[in-house]
Amino acid sequence: MPEGKQEYNITVYTENQIGLLNRIAIIFTRRKINIDSLNTSPSEIESIHRFNIVINETEDVVRKLARQIEKQVEVLKVYYHTNADIIWQEMALYKVPADIIAEKASVERLLRENGARAVVIRKDYIVFETTGHREETDNLINVLQPFGLIEFVRSARIAIIKDSDGFNRKLREFEKREPGEDVIENEYLNQGDKVFTM
Amino acid sequence: MEVAQQDVLTAPEEQTVTQVSGSVALLEALLVEGVDTIFGYPGGAIMPIYDALYDYKEKLNHILVRHEQGGIHAGQGYARSSGKVGVVFATSGPGATNLVTGLADAQIDSTPLVCITGQVFAHLLGTDAFQETDVINITTPVTKWNYQVTDANEIPEAIAKAFYIASTGRPGPVLIDITKNAQIQKFDFKGYTPCKHIRSYRPKPIVRAQFVEQAAQVINEAKKPFILWGQGVLLGSAEQEFKTFVEKSGIPAAWTILGAGAIPTDHPQNVGMLGMHGNYGPNVLTNDCDVLIAIGMRFDDRVTGRLDKYAKQAKIIHLDIDPAEIDKNVQTHVAVWGDCKETLPMLTELVEAKQHTEWLAKFNEFTHQEEEAVINAELNPESGEMTMGEVVEQLNHLTNGDAVIVTDVGQHQMVGCRYAKFNNTRSNITSGGLGTMGFALPAAIGAKFGAQDKTVVAIIGDGGFQMTLQELGTIMQSGVDVKILILNNRFLGMVRQWQELFNERRYSFVDIQSPDFVQVAKGYGIAGKCIKEREELQSSLKEMLDHKGSYLLEVFVTKENNVFPMVPQGCSVSEIRLK
Repeated sequence: MPEGKQEYNITVYTENQIGLLNRIAIIFTRRKINIDSLNTSPSEIESIHRFNIVINETEDVVRKLARQIEKQVEVLKVYYHTNADIIWQEMALYKVPADIIAEKASVERLLRENGARAVVIRKDYIVFETTGHREETDNLINVLQPFGLIEFVRSARIAIIKDSDGFNRKLREFEKREPGEDVIENEYLNQGDKVFTM
Repeated sequence: MEVAQQDVLTAPEEQTVTQVSGSVALLEALLVEGVDTIFGYPGGAIMPIYDALYDYKEKLNHILVRHEQGGIHAGQGYARSSGKVGVVFATSGPGATNLVTGLADAQIDSTPLVCITGQVFAHLLGTDAFQETDVINITTPVTKWNYQVTDANEIPEAIAKAFYIASTGRPGPVLIDITKNAQIQKFDFKGYTPCKHIRSYRPKPIVRAQFVEQAAQVINEAKKPFILWGQGVLLGSAEQEFKTFVEKSGIPAAWTILGAGAIPTDHPQNVGMLGMHGNYGPNVLTNDCDVLIAIGMRFDDRVTGRLDKYAKQAKIIHLDIDPAEIDKNVQTHVAVWGDCKETLPMLTELVEAKQHTEWLAKFNEFTHQEEEAVINAELNPESGEMTMGEVVEQLNHLTNGDAVIVTDVGQHQMVGCRYAKFNNTRSNITSGGLGTMGFALPAAIGAKFGAQDKTVVAIIGDGGFQMTLQELGTIMQSGVDVKILILNNRFLGMVRQWQELFNERRYSFVDIQSPDFVQVAKGYGIAGKCIKEREELQSSLKEMLDHKGSYLLEVFVTKENNVFPMVPQGCSVSEIRLK
């Protein structure tokens, strides 16, 4: 891994606008930066979407990317954090043949140890679900592989920012015609005390 | 139609609801936005808009261009000379893709444009219909904002947002793609209200006095401060505020090519042009100053040269409206975010009135060296073939620096920007960031429409002219008065210069042949003349300027002249070469 690079979690609050995903994605692709994980879904506020983007880069690059994203007309706010600054989860689904599970009691124990829950139980297959960090969901793949894992899928990462007051209050400020002082927190550049302040 | 137009013009409070087509709503919106000129080219998917335009001929001056690229460059020229938003119409598919170069150019040079493209019927989207292209996705990287309208009801709001976004904050190009059904569709038009606020869009950051104070303190403590200014001063209409700041602080100031003209060329504190082919002093002394004050400029690589050897000794103060520009290329010590129209007066208030006489004299010493080594021979050659510089110098004598100079890209561009005299703001129009050959001719057409009282001279090389010479047809038909000055060195000169200096004179495909430009112009009914002798230069330039209507003057200049000084690529600004 090149020096100074680490995983960064970029959180983007946006309007719900067709084409905005592309507008954000090309900011990365233009610089030949791979997006490791991308989740986009409605936020707790109606009509506002939240992106969680994971990339492996230096902070300098991430800061510049964040500013370019925030510059887009329909982007309300961008934050970026290292893994230490967030609580994050990925969800995984595993489809395994039902007969093997039924025959081998050890499998059930393995699943329990890995915190998996059965989501669907059918005669021919069972679908289990786990949530956790990448290593945890990876680990269960290895566990289930010898027992005829049929299909596997993992979601993008979602993350909660440890040190944040949420976005509700900020959004109300955005909606005012004249933005309030603390809305413009990105103006502090790197002098802000909060870790997510750009 | 007549009745409908009358009704929609009524004041919004009366809330007259009228059934109009999307096309009529678009044109009504343009009128409210103060649009007087449109550069465009019709086609299948934009026909309903053109049909509506037939009834608006008296109010909206539509200039029929010869190629959509010409249309958008004309829109850029118009925007740059007038300070207003340039408006461009094009059809779907190839019409829209032909806009892409101009959009990229406008995006990198922060030029406000609203481009309207026709699109196939909404029900045909994604079916590979005739002249269907995914215009929104093609143009996303080269627009500040774009939007596809598929329902006429969206038109007023989309157009209002387009003008607001294009013209506010750091300006830029906006594209609205309107499907044919939306152009035809009748809807309840409740009048047009310009946009003043978008929740997610903050055109300019709030100015924080604490950073202005910090900047002022650094400036007041400086022994050798140096101002670099860019187009931000023009875009913010802050020329007067800038001049006051420069004059009170007494600090020498140098310009990027897009910043030229914010203060006159002859201003005693204007020490010249920055960058690869800029002046000697500003480049060398960038690495000698103790405080660098960058105003509305973005530290382009052509300005900075090698970054790790750029002004490392200096404290950097950066005034910019775009937060993404701060620390992008050069690490700032004090960042003053905001519109320089607001920040400059605050800074002027706090800086001490000074005269940096000795420091300024140092710039003048370098100017003297540059004159000896380069400028005198370029501007006043005693023998041999004509040089580009002397043509520009003779032009200066005749225009007195009051003309709008539009340049294309290459050697003549650098010579034009270096030597043309600019008394006024918005009088240097060139493709700076993108370096688009073929820009000048159409941009000059637009520039003239944007500044009708000015003489507009397009200085173009023999290569660039052949990229968009079809726009002579636009000149012919519109009757616009543009003076075309072709500096013909029978080479793609700038590439040839690099091949000479860095590729051991291996002249790879730079030997370009040209048609008889005067005959070509004649074919379009444009008067012209070609000269090869110095004796004819001044009288011919005068003839060009005095001619009623457009005129093409082709001047044969020396073939293998190089533009100096030059900061070779990968070198520091202080390693600038005089030869």
